[in-house]
Amino acid sequence: MTEVAIVGIGCTGFRPITPDLSYKELMFEAATRAYQDAGNINPRKDVDAFVTCAEDYWEGHSIFDEFVPDQIGAALRHLFTVPSDGLIGLATAYMLIKTGEFNTVVVEAHSKISDVTTFTGIVNFGLDPIFNRPLGGHPYYMAGLEMTRFLRESGNTREQCAQVVVKNRKNALSNSYAAHGANIAKEQVLESEPYFDPLNRLDISQPCDGGIVIVLASETAAKKLTDRPVWIRGIGWISDTSWPESREWGRAVYAELAADMAYKTAGIRNPQKEINFAEIDDSFSYKELQHLEALKLCRQGEAGKLTEEGETEIDGSLPVNASGGLLGMGYAIEASGLHRALETALQLRGEAGEHQIPNVKAGVAQSWRGVPTATGAVAVLSVEVK
Amino acid sequence: MFGKKRVAVVGAGLTLFRRYMKETGREMCYEASKMALDQAGLELKDIESVAYGSAPDAFDGMHMKGENMTDASGAWRKPFSRVYVGGGTGVFTADAGWWHVASGQFDTCLVVAEEKMSPCCPHPAQAFTTIFDPIMDRPHGTTLIWIFALEMHRYMHVHGIKKEQIALVSVKNKRNALDHPCAQLGAKITVDDVLNSEIMCWPVQRLDISPTSDGAAAVVLASEDVAKKITDNPVWIDGVGWCIDSTYWTNRDLYYPDYVECAARMAYKMAGIKNPPKEIDVAEPYDPFDYKELHHMEGLLLCRKGEAPKLTAEGVTQRDGNLPINPSGGLLGVGNPIAAAGLMKVCEIFWQLRGEAGKRQVPGDPRTGVAQAWGDLMQYGSVIVMRR
Repeated sequence: MTEVAIVGIGCTGFRPITPDLSYKELMFEAATRAYQDAGNINPRKDVDAFVTCAEDYWEGHSIFDEFVPDQIGAALRHLFTVPSDGLIGLATAYMLIKTGEFNTVVVEAHSKISDVTTFTGIVNFGLDPIFNRPLGGHPYYMAGLEMTRFLRESGNTREQCAQVVVKNRKNALSNSYAAHGANIAKEQVLESEPYFDPLNRLDISQPCDGGIVIVLASETAAKKLTDRPVWIRGIGWISDTSWPESREWGRAVYAELAADMAYKTAGIRNPQKEINFAEIDDSFSYKELQHLEALKLCRQGEAGKLTEEGETEIDGSLPVNASGGLLGMGYAIEASGLHRALETALQLRGEAGEHQIPNVKAGVAQSWRGVPTATGAVAVLSVEVK
Repeated sequence: MFGKKRVAVVGAGLTLFRRYMKETGREMCYEASKMALDQAGLELKDIESVAYGSAPDAFDGMHMKGENMTDASGAWRKPFSRVYVGGGTGVFTADAGWWHVASGQFDTCLVVAEEKMSPCCPHPAQAFTTIFDPIMDRPHGTTLIWIFALEMHRYMHVHGIKKEQIALVSVKNKRNALDHPCAQLGAKITVDDVLNSEIMCWPVQRLDISPTSDGAAAVVLASEDVAKKITDNPVWIDGVGWCIDSTYWTNRDLYYPDYVECAARMAYKMAGIKNPPKEIDVAEPYDPFDYKELHHMEGLLLCRKGEAPKLTAEGVTQRDGNLPINPSGGLLGVGNPIAAAGLMKVCEIFWQLRGEAGKRQVPGDPRTGVAQAWGDLMQYGSVIVMRR
């Protein structure tokens, strides 16, 4: 069975607003760059399938699939929509290539969230209409509740969460793709306005616009298209229960199980040893710590301490979100996961620029679909094919 | 020729299709999944992955609708992925199930498609007003029936087809549906009934159109090794295909669905089918409107362009004809809960190839069948080829 490689990466960069560009133009730009990067392929001939990741309500269209093909070169070609996170789109493309019927598959995800004037309302529409929606309020209260439970169960502290924000926003300053780089102090996070107790304003990632296209290829095709393939060694995705009342609020079970699945395929027995760095979901500050532990990159309750000691900085022993993560780069709705994969691939190619981590061979990218879901994905990427 | 792993359908389940179901979408998912698992003799613990399909979230008023259906579709703490290609979703969800297993990632996949259109008030058609381009199309107050009327007109004009010829499809499918236990609109009607029914948007009349419905369907897929252990008569998925045409439907000639042909060619190539009319014994093309059955027979290369009305008039597409088309009763007869209706067609081919279709069984021991759905802005084709 063939191995699967990332052979092309295209990205618009991310900005809080993009009034000069439509979503179609963002997608076109990312696609053009990705096709160029993948050995200047022609999407009209050289791509066997296209996967796009989009949710109708974010787009303001029913059946958003209709509006995708032309700008990425997929008219009268084999395109479809996965209404989910970009990393689950990547998993879909991975499976297509593994069947042996597809040599080159393109994955697209984007955010034009600045067009959305009813963000809270849309998130609310994700809640069960009988049991949860009538409770009212901004649905991010669920993140506040989860943070409380997580801190209590794991022993990590509020201050350690604030340190995540400081680190990621600082990292973003050296990333030209990032929208929200800043030099801030821990006190500023702790003293920013309380939003969803114990989450303050600065603990929450801010939205951004942008487009990403990634080209995947089978082993044979990859050899022809690039001399710097990044291999997808394993990928996993899991949905925990859709009922918030039935979840284990202290743990990110979806990330634990998705990591187990990805590590198993990748043959990774000791993630702490075999993984050099991580690009993980930090849509809320505590999520970075929770996900770090779920991915078994440190022991339970240890993520905060590692952060405090600087081990998760770019020059630490386990760099986490060297790109700036969602806190620094921005929350790009369904593109957030693909965003993590893109940064992981750039690091492995040695093309991350100012925030490059030296000598990395294997990294992990992880996503969460956000409130109110318990769905996430994990991908293990490596410069080595096996 | 095939994926690394051959994939079998080993069980299928279907709820009633009705204008208003008392059951919630979740309950319908459960019912169809349970039925499919029971037929396969499997339990939820045997299922390694779930592929789910549903059309616009606007029907339910749910954002990220797939996320709300995970538990009901048996995906608790499992890999769950939703695919979404408008009206093409139903058949495409089975295509998605295929790659879950053919990739070697999973030995089993539960494929669930569900649609609950009735919560959309005053009429589900309202949800479709938001599928159009907000600048070019929406200001006209465009509706689905408008654009399909344009397409139907163009198809009739290019080939010189009469309404009487097209109405025969509605007559056939509604009669076929009388034998389907889940059907919403099985009926004995005549061509005159169709021609005298209320005009919706010329040339589309009320009896040319399938109803809006609630319903769910499910199939269980298994790898060759697993399938051989649990059943003596698996039905193999030998080809999958899909294709999307340009968004700009006003710039295309609507008389022929190129995208369906492109999807069909992809599936036929995978299945090694060179002469579709000869090699395919039974077909379930998408028939939300009567003219679409004809349109799609041509797109599926089951006959030449413009020839489908003639075959229909000659009785070739009847259940006992040489090329039975929509023996289930199709969307016109069984009903049209969008994604579930597409997967219903996959279920029907499965039952037909196993000889389990009861009163609907087509004679002649069919060995190869094809199901197809259509979606987006007259733009999407999804196809599956199955063999016994």
